Amino acid sequence: MLKGWVVLLASIAYLCALFAIAYYGDKRADRGRSLIANPYIYALSIAVYCTSWTFYGSVGRAAASGIDFLTIYLGPTLTFVAWWFVLRKILRISKAHRITSIADFISSRYGKSTVLGGLVTVIAVVGIMPYISLQLKAVSTSFRLLLEYPAIVMPKTEYVPHFLGDTALLVAGCMAAFSILFGTRHIDASEHHEGMVAAIAFESIVKLVAFLAVGIFVTFGLYGGFGDLFAKAAVKPELAKLLVVDAGAYGQWVTLAVLSMAAIICLPRQFQVTVVENVDEDHLRKAVWLFPLYLLAINIFVLPIAFAGMMQFPAGNVDADTFVLTVPMAAKQESLALFAYIGGLSAATAMVIVATVALSTMVCNDLVMPVLLRIKALHLQERGDLSGLLLAIRRGSIIGIVMLGYLYFRFIGQSVTLVSIGLVSFAAAAQFAPAILGGIYWRGATRLGALAGLSAGFLVWAYTLLLPSFARSGWLPLDFVRDGAFGIAHLRPYELFGLGGLDHMTHALFWSMLANVGLYVAVSLFSRQGAVERIQAALFVDVFRWSGERGSQFWRGTATVSDLQALVVRFIGKRRADRAFSDYARSRRLNLSKVPEADAQLVNFAERLLAGAIGAASARVMVSTVAKAEIISIDEVMKILDETSQVIEYSHQLEQKGQELERASAELREANARLQELDRLKDDFLSTVSHELRTPLTSIRSFTEILFDNPELALGERERFLGIIAKESERLTRLINQTLDLAKMEAGRMEWQMERVNPKAVVEDAVAATGGLFEERGIHLDLQLPLRLPMVYADRDRLMQVLVNLISNAADYCDEADGRVSVWSSARQDQVTVGVGDNGPGIPRSVQTQIFEKFQQADTPRRGRTGGTGLGLTICRQIVEHFGGTIGVESRPGKGAQFVFSLPTAAALEHGGAGDGRRQAIRWLIPAAGRRLGFKRKRRVPAE
Amino acid sequence: MAGPAKTSERSISLFLLGLLAFSPPMLLIFGGEASILGIPSLYAYLFGAWIVLIALVRILAERARPNERPRPPPRPEPR
Repeated sequence: MLKGWVVLLASIAYLCALFAIAYYGDKRADRGRSLIANPYIYALSIAVYCTSWTFYGSVGRAAASGIDFLTIYLGPTLTFVAWWFVLRKILRISKAHRITSIADFISSRYGKSTVLGGLVTVIAVVGIMPYISLQLKAVSTSFRLLLEYPAIVMPKTEYVPHFLGDTALLVAGCMAAFSILFGTRHIDASEHHEGMVAAIAFESIVKLVAFLAVGIFVTFGLYGGFGDLFAKAAVKPELAKLLVVDAGAYGQWVTLAVLSMAAIICLPRQFQVTVVENVDEDHLRKAVWLFPLYLLAINIFVLPIAFAGMMQFPAGNVDADTFVLTVPMAAKQESLALFAYIGGLSAATAMVIVATVALSTMVCNDLVMPVLLRIKALHLQERGDLSGLLLAIRRGSIIGIVMLGYLYFRFIGQSVTLVSIGLVSFAAAAQFAPAILGGIYWRGATRLGALAGLSAGFLVWAYTLLLPSFARSGWLPLDFVRDGAFGIAHLRPYELFGLGGLDHMTHALFWSMLANVGLYVAVSLFSRQGAVERIQAALFVDVFRWSGERGSQFWRGTATVSDLQALVVRFIGKRRADRAFSDYARSRRLNLSKVPEADAQLVNFAERLLAGAIGAASARVMVSTVAKAEIISIDEVMKILDETSQVIEYSHQLEQKGQELERASAELREANARLQELDRLKDDFLSTVSHELRTPLTSIRSFTEILFDNPELALGERERFLGIIAKESERLTRLINQTLDLAKMEAGRMEWQMERVNPKAVVEDAVAATGGLFEERGIHLDLQLPLRLPMVYADRDRLMQVLVNLISNAADYCDEADGRVSVWSSARQDQVTVGVGDNGPGIPRSVQTQIFEKFQQADTPRRGRTGGTGLGLTICRQIVEHFGGTIGVESRPGKGAQFVFSLPTAAALEHGGAGDGRRQAIRWLIPAAGRRLGFKRKRRVPAE
Repeated sequence: MAGPAKTSERSISLFLLGLLAFSPPMLLIFGGEASILGIPSLYAYLFGAWIVLIALVRILAERARPNERPRPPPRPEPR
C-alpha cells in the first residue's frame, strides 16, 4: 500500500469530496435552506485556526520546548472568554456596516479611508504569505514522506523538484481552483460563501478525528495509556526536562499568548469566518465555548505524540514536525498514516482556501478598485456592469496570492521550521490589534494615528522578523543579521538598539508594538478627525446605542432613485439589486417608482449595499458620483454627536432621577389637589355661612329701620315686628353656635366627655325637655322604649343634642292638622337604634342624601318658631359618627320621614370587634387631606 | 437570563480569572516534577484549568441575554 498513486488518489478523492460538499452547500443556500445556519457549523468553521501548523507543528514545538505550544491555543480561549467586549461588538459593527474584510473594517472605522484600507491589505498579504507557504510546505513534506514508505527518510531540504512534478504546486492549483469556484461565484452584497464555510467545517472534523486517531493509537496502542507513556518519558532526561519549565522560559510564554490572542481576531481568515461569514449573531454564544473546546480536544495528544516520537526515534534523525505521520509509519499502520496525511491535508487546504478568499476580497476592494476608480482614463465610472470586472480581479488575486505563497515556499520557506514561519505571520496580524481595539472603544482615535501606528509597526515587524528570515534563506547577506544594517551594531535586527537577551519573537513584538501603539496613541492625540471620521468613530464605538438607520442623519444628499439603482446594478447585478431595493421599499411602505428623489436614508442604504460588495471606501467614492450627497458640516456633525452622546450618557441617570421626580411630583400633585379641595370647601363654607348669617341680619335690620323710621306705628304691628327681630336674633345666635360647634368638630378641637351612657335615660330626658313644644302645638308624641337598653359609649350632652335636634325637627315638619311624632328605640346585634318619625310631607328621595350636608334643607318648615339653620343634621351626623355610629333617613313622600341612628354598645366597643369598622368609617370633612397634612383628631379610646 | 451589565461584570471577571490561571506564577507552582495519577502536574493543571474555564464561559454565554435592542437614533433638527 501507500504507493504514490494510492496517496495521490486519496488526496484527489478527498479534494473531490470537498468540492462536492461546497457545491451542495451553495445549492442549499440558493434554495434558501442554509446548511451553515447553526452554531455548530459556525464553531467548526472558526476552527480553521488550526492549520497544518497545529497538525504537524505543535508536536514539533512540544518536542523542542515542551508545554509552551499550548499558548497558541490558550490565547484564543482567553479572547473568546472576553467575547462580550470584543467579538460581540466587532460582529455587531460589521453587520451594521456590511463589512467585507478586516481591511474594510479598519478603513471604515477611520473615515472610510482608502489609504488605510490599502495599507492593511498590503500588510495582510505580505504578512500572510509565509503562512500560506507553510501550508504548502507541510503538504509537500508529508506527501514525500509517505512516498518513501516503508523507509522513513526526511525529504532533503535542498531537493527542488521540477515545477510540473511538484505536489505543492498541484495542491496550490487545486486550492486556487476551489477558492475561485466557491469564493468568487458572484458578487454578493452580504459576502457570504456558504459552500466554502460548509467545506471548512467538514475539514475541521476531518483534521480533529485524524489527529485524535493518531493520538489514541500512540497513547493506548503503542503505550499503556497516559500514565505508562509519561512514566517511560520521565526516565529519559532529555524528555523529563520538557515537563519542568524554569522561570526564564515564561517570557516567551507571555509573548506567544499575546500574539495568539490578537491573531484569533486579526488574522484575515479568522476575521472572515468569525465575522464576515457569520449568519446569525446569536451563534457566537455557542461558539465561544465550542471553539475553545475544539482547541482543547485537538491538543490533548500533542505531548504524548511528541514523547512517543522522541522515544521511537532516539537518534534525532527524524524531524519532530513529522511525528504525527512518522510514528504510525514506523508502527506499520499504513491506513492510519494515510488518514493522518489526509488530516494534515485538510488542515492545510482549509487555511489556504479561507485565507485566499479573504485576501482576494481585500486586494480587490481596498487595493485595486480604489485605484481603478481613481484613474479617469479608464472611464470606469461610466461603464455598465462592473460585477464581471470585480470577479475577474478577485479571481486574479486568488491565483496571484497562491502563486506568491508557492514561490515563497520554494525559495525561502524550505529552510525554516513550521512554527517559526507561522509566528512571523502572527506577529504581522497582531499589528492590526491596536487599530481594531482602539477603534471600537476609543472615539478619539484618528485616521492619521492608525496610519502612523500601522506603518511603523509593519516596518519594525519587517525589519526584525521578515528580513532576517530572508537573510537566513540566503536572499540577503547574513552580515545584515550579524552586524546590523550598514554595519551599525544598534540596528541588528535581532538586537535592535542593544536590546539583547530576548528570543526573536518577544524582541520583535516589543519593538513593533512599541512603535505601533506609541504612534497610534500619540498621533491620535495630536491630530484632528475629519467629519466622516468623527461620524464613523461614533457609529463604531456606540454601535449598541444606535439603531439600524445608522449614519443617514449625517448625510444631506439627494439623488434620483433611478441613478442610485443603476449604480448598484452595475456592481451586484440586476436581480440582486432589484430585490434589495424592493425589500427596502416594502419595509418602508414606499413606492420607489413614485419617489423620484432619493432621500438621505435611501442614499445611505445604497451606499451600504455597495459597501457589502466593494468595501466602504470604494462605495463612498461611487455613491458620490451620482448623489450630491454632501456630508453636513463638521460643526453640525459635532453638534449632533455631542448632543447625542451626552443625551445617551446621561439618559440613564436622568431616567432614574426622572422616575424619582415623577414619584415626588405625583405626591405633590396629590397634596396640591387636596389643598385646593380644602380651599374650595373653606370658601364654600365661608360664603354659605355669611349668606346664612346675612338673611336673619337683613331681616333684623330692616324691621329695626321700620320701627326707627315710623315711631307712630301701631302697637300691634310694633310687637309683631319686635317678635320677628327677637326670633331672628335667636336664630342668628343658634347659627353662630352651631357653626362654631361644627368648626370645632371638624377641626378636631371639640372637647368630648366620653363615658358610659344609658341611652334610655337620655331619650327620656330629651323627650321631657321638648315636652313643652308638643303641648304648645298639640302634637301627639308616641314614645316606645324597651325596659332596658345596653349602655353606649358617648358624650351625654352631645347625644342629648342629637335627640333634641331630631325631635324638634320632627315637631317642625309634622302634619299641621294632626301632628304625630314617634320616638322609639331598640337594641340588637351589639348596637342601639333610636328612631324619630313624623307624619309630615316626607323628604323626596333625591334630596335624602343631601340633607345631612351643610346648609341643605329639604323644605321650609310648615310651622315653627324660627326655621332651620341647615346645620342641625350635619352636626347630628358628626356627633353620631364620632360615637362610631351611623345615621340615616327613611321617607316616602306624603308618608312622613323617619330619622334613625344606631350606636355601638359599650360592650361591643370594649371587645374591639364590632365598633372598629364604624370608627374607621367616621367621615371627616376632608378625610384624606386632613390626615396627610397632619391634622390629628383627638379621639379617646375607651379606657375600660 | 442576565442583563448586559451583569454579563459585562461576569465576562471581565472570567477573563481576569483566565489570565491568572495561565499566568507564569501559577505555572511555576505546578511546574515541578510532581505528577497527578501518573500525569505530569503542569500538564494536568493546564488542561484542568482550561476545561473549567470553558465550562464557565458556557454558563456565562448561555445565560447572557442575546442582544439588547438598539435605541432609535436621534433625529437632527429639520432645517
